[in-house]
Amino acid sequence: MSRDFEWPELLFLVGALRWTILLSIVAFVGGSIGGLILAVARTSSYKVVRWIAQGYIGLIQGTPLLMQLFLAYYGLAVLTGLRLDPWPAVTLAFTLYAAAFLGEIWRGAIQAIPRQQWEAAAALPLAPAAQLRYVILPQAFRIAIPPTVGFLVQLIKGTSIASIIGFVELTRAGQLIVNVTFQPMIVYPAVAALYFVLCYPISLAALRLERRIDADLGLAQRR
Amino acid sequence: MRYVFQFGIVWDHLPQLLNGAWLTVRLSVAAFLIGFALAVVLAFFRTSGSRIVRLTITAYVDFIRNTPFLVQLFIIYFSLPAIGIRMEAVTAALVGMALNFSGYATEIVRSGIDAVPKSQIEAGYSLGFDRLQIFRHIVVFPALRTVYPALASQFILLMLGSSIVAAISAEELTAVTNSLQSTTFRSFEFYFVATGMYLAMAIGARLVLHAIYWAIFERGRPTAHGWAR
Repeated sequence: MSRDFEWPELLFLVGALRWTILLSIVAFVGGSIGGLILAVARTSSYKVVRWIAQGYIGLIQGTPLLMQLFLAYYGLAVLTGLRLDPWPAVTLAFTLYAAAFLGEIWRGAIQAIPRQQWEAAAALPLAPAAQLRYVILPQAFRIAIPPTVGFLVQLIKGTSIASIIGFVELTRAGQLIVNVTFQPMIVYPAVAALYFVLCYPISLAALRLERRIDADLGLAQRR
Repeated sequence: MRYVFQFGIVWDHLPQLLNGAWLTVRLSVAAFLIGFALAVVLAFFRTSGSRIVRLTITAYVDFIRNTPFLVQLFIIYFSLPAIGIRMEAVTAALVGMALNFSGYATEIVRSGIDAVPKSQIEAGYSLGFDRLQIFRHIVVFPALRTVYPALASQFILLMLGSSIVAAISAEELTAVTNSLQSTTFRSFEFYFVATGMYLAMAIGARLVLHAIYWAIFERGRPTAHGWAR
């Protein structure tokens, strides 16, 4: 006597979507702070600072997100000596992950600013931090927007693997519904559709922004 | 509470981990080859197919790129049997990885095709080439050269992302690690070592991909200093 996939089940999935969104937002905000520090560190004039930031980014980008998640989960358990609920582990892992990717994206944006802008900033009576804050970052920000928005899609999709350590977001909710309805043929496509509804507009926005900025920079001859 | 790390037990199970890593490598390479071949075909029809074909390919690419790999895997492994398509876990993992990769690679290859100067394609027409001949003799090679770095990065993502197929228990590195940690209760140690193995594979793959680029695109080309060897 199994249930069918009907309105209550669909509503359960939609409800679980808020955990997907919440986790994405927390990781994105936390990752933005970390990413900004990393991007500035990567473009620093101190070699050691650059190396540390580069090493961190290389480590995160060179290992699977799922492994980072397991390490955060079991690492926190080792540190605190108890079995945790998944939330602290997933927010920690996804924040560290987002920081590395955003840091790398923003480093590229900072370095895309022509040298002359740095020289002009240095010619003004501005301290190095103020040069960055008032001259470089506002310009880099524009270039960085499309890939940053694009990364948000990657992050949202990535949160699906939080289901593997038992965090109930959209994908895990789908599994739970399959367990009671035995209708994977309906449930998983429905889960995929919900992700698509969430991600596709963001992807489109990223593409639009990219085209607009390319056009502004005069790089759009071919599109 | 004090926790004493014990890596000795991981060492004892190293052969199993290496076996898993070997399957990870084989899955990644196979998925890359299949997915890439599919992507070249899709990119060709996306630039020169009929309207309906183009729309279908665009929809496919958008679906792949805007849904999680894990959910795609669940559809292949758990949903498809309901309509009579059954696969072993490893096969499902390979199919999932190849299809997922093809979605991203199609976009990459297409951007390379777009970057080939129009004048070269016109030159092809004026020589009496048809579309396929132009694609095969004029467009493909420079397009692939342009997008090689992006494809190489995408391969690394494919290999690291393959850890997710552990969720349908295809016995690659992550799944092996999962089962070992659950019987030994040394979770952190096992995941730590497995993560290191992935890092080593990613670095190794980068080196190999560099060598391949050199062998295909750089060797035998004229350079400023004469001929490269």
